[in-house]
Amino acid sequence: MNIIFYIASLVALVATVMVVTRKNAIHALLYLVVSLLAVSVIFFISGAPFVAALEVIVYAGAIMVLFVFAIMMLNLGKDSTQKESRLMNFGAWIIPALLCLILLCELIYVFFSYDAGYRNVRVIEAAEVSDSLFGGYVLAVELTGMLLMAGIVGAYHIGKEKKREYHRYLQLNEEEHE
Amino acid sequence: MLSSVRSLWLVFLKMFRKRVTIKYPEEKPYLAPRWRGRIVLTRDPDHNERCVACNLCAAVCPTDCISLQATEDENDRRYPEFFRINFSRCIFCGLCEDACPTYAIQLIPDFEMGEYNRQSLVYEKEDLLIDGMGKYHGYSFYEQAGVAVGVKPKGGGENESEPVDVRTLIP
Amino acid sequence: MNEIWVHILIIVCVLLGTVTIAAGLIYVERKMLAVWQQRLGPNRVGPFGILQVVADMIKIFFKEDWIPSFVDKKVFIIAPTIIMLSILMSFSIVPFAPGWVVADMNVGLLFFLAMSSLGAYTIILAGWASNNKYSLLGGVRGAAQMISYEVFMGLSLMGVVLQAGSFNLTEIVNAQKGMWFVIPQFVGFVIFLIAGVAETHRLPFDLPEAESELVAGYHSEYSGMKFGMFFVGEYLGITLVSSLITVLFFGGWLGPSFLPPIIWFLVKMFAFILFFILLRATLPRPRYDQLMSYGWKLLLPLALLNVLVTGAIVLSTN
Repeated sequence: MNIIFYIASLVALVATVMVVTRKNAIHALLYLVVSLLAVSVIFFISGAPFVAALEVIVYAGAIMVLFVFAIMMLNLGKDSTQKESRLMNFGAWIIPALLCLILLCELIYVFFSYDAGYRNVRVIEAAEVSDSLFGGYVLAVELTGMLLMAGIVGAYHIGKEKKREYHRYLQLNEEEHE
Repeated sequence: MLSSVRSLWLVFLKMFRKRVTIKYPEEKPYLAPRWRGRIVLTRDPDHNERCVACNLCAAVCPTDCISLQATEDENDRRYPEFFRINFSRCIFCGLCEDACPTYAIQLIPDFEMGEYNRQSLVYEKEDLLIDGMGKYHGYSFYEQAGVAVGVKPKGGGENESEPVDVRTLIP
Repeated sequence: MNEIWVHILIIVCVLLGTVTIAAGLIYVERKMLAVWQQRLGPNRVGPFGILQVVADMIKIFFKEDWIPSFVDKKVFIIAPTIIMLSILMSFSIVPFAPGWVVADMNVGLLFFLAMSSLGAYTIILAGWASNNKYSLLGGVRGAAQMISYEVFMGLSLMGVVLQAGSFNLTEIVNAQKGMWFVIPQFVGFVIFLIAGVAETHRLPFDLPEAESELVAGYHSEYSGMKFGMFFVGEYLGITLVSSLITVLFFGGWLGPSFLPPIIWFLVKMFAFILFFILLRATLPRPRYDQLMSYGWKLLLPLALLNVLVTGAIVLSTN
């Protein structure tokens, strides 16, 4: 199981690095999908199959598809690729890279100092997840539900068919017909 | 929704109907006697060519696939020197058959004319001419026509009276 | 050790079996379409044309595998593999008979939903990578269609999950010993059936392909074995959805004991495959906005209502 964990983490890391360095937006997103799938594998082997499945369904399956969809519609050509390659010069990524290095050092420190019982994994069933969602975290769930509802209402408002406005000549005709 | 279910059921019932497909090479389809297929040139009861090379068929042909050259034999009877139909252009419309005054050119119920070489779709007179009379048995153009040619004297036709001697007054 | 061999045997059987069924469906579909249209169908190759499958396979293997110069090469090659992979992975959770299951996962149903949501990539990526306006339109349509129909595909199954009390497919089948779920969950069954057709983008919901409008939609530029992957992927999808309908609503392998369980499963599965083909033979393709409004305005509220009512009943009886 440890071997699978290391392989999945390696895949996730490599894929994430590829996401950042790709110049073509679609290729970057595809690497992001791979990274998400690898993370889902990690969830699965650490005893959270429900979250693993949801990760694939929601993130890899729905949100990423929408991202790809949006980028497809934008039809980014060669210009955007060139713009991307200009972003890749040394000056642009040195500070983010330094910040990430600090985070990485912290992570490594935590990883080695915190030697908890990771190995005795307990599988968490879907029922348990929903128990905690509608038990201890019910307020958060309700708030999220309200936020989503607001999103749906907003989407409906934007997507609502506009009232047609005719030229006054046509408007007159319309009245005559009625 | 319900209409979709209904049409599903109706299409399902088609399973038990008779098939409409004919397995063609093994099972020949029925061709009507007036089916417009391959073009032939027929002969009259005396076994002569019916065609008098009047060129009406070539004139009426919408795709100009018929070509012929008229000539006369020793009896002054007209016949085609060559008669050529390019079947790669023919659309089997049957206008040539309509135009023919002597019932010489006829369309018969045969359509199996596939060839590998396009040139072999050009039929010459030897390929077109058949031994029979086709759809019109016993019809001979010169028996009906009023003209005198070498094969028939004046007034020798079927529904023809003897020529009147205009110089006599006896009735 | 012996157990591992049995497991490997099951995996090989499932893999070979599903791919063989999918390939055989090429013939079955053509023949049945002909039967329902009063024609004869393929009858040239072998007795009753059975060898048509072999002929088609040979043809597709020996066709030139052409990659046009204007495509995004890597994505173009990856796209057709995704559909095969995701659907074959989904088969791993289907219990064909007691014990005949590759991975008896406790979140089996969610795994199927996850895999089918990944299947959307094949259309989008194929459409985008082909760099062709028809393909792109097909890809856009496919993406929107699959994302929307996934939503209530999942929701329609929740009624079954509520009644069985598990995501595990074997347990769902065992929960149907008294009564098949098609009776209490009829609404869920109908919604899942429609969503399943849309999810495999079969006729009448074949808008991503729509040959009369979009040439061949997202796979216009594909040829040879890559096209074959889409082709077999579609039939695999039909097989998968049929077997899932069998498992979730028609009691899987359950049935009178004069036939072995696996035969019962196959009989039910083939009945639904034939129903899919009958759908194709009958119904015309809807317009795109009709498809969308049908999904979001009719099926989604129905699915939500189904979950609500089922939940209430389950809560009150327990």
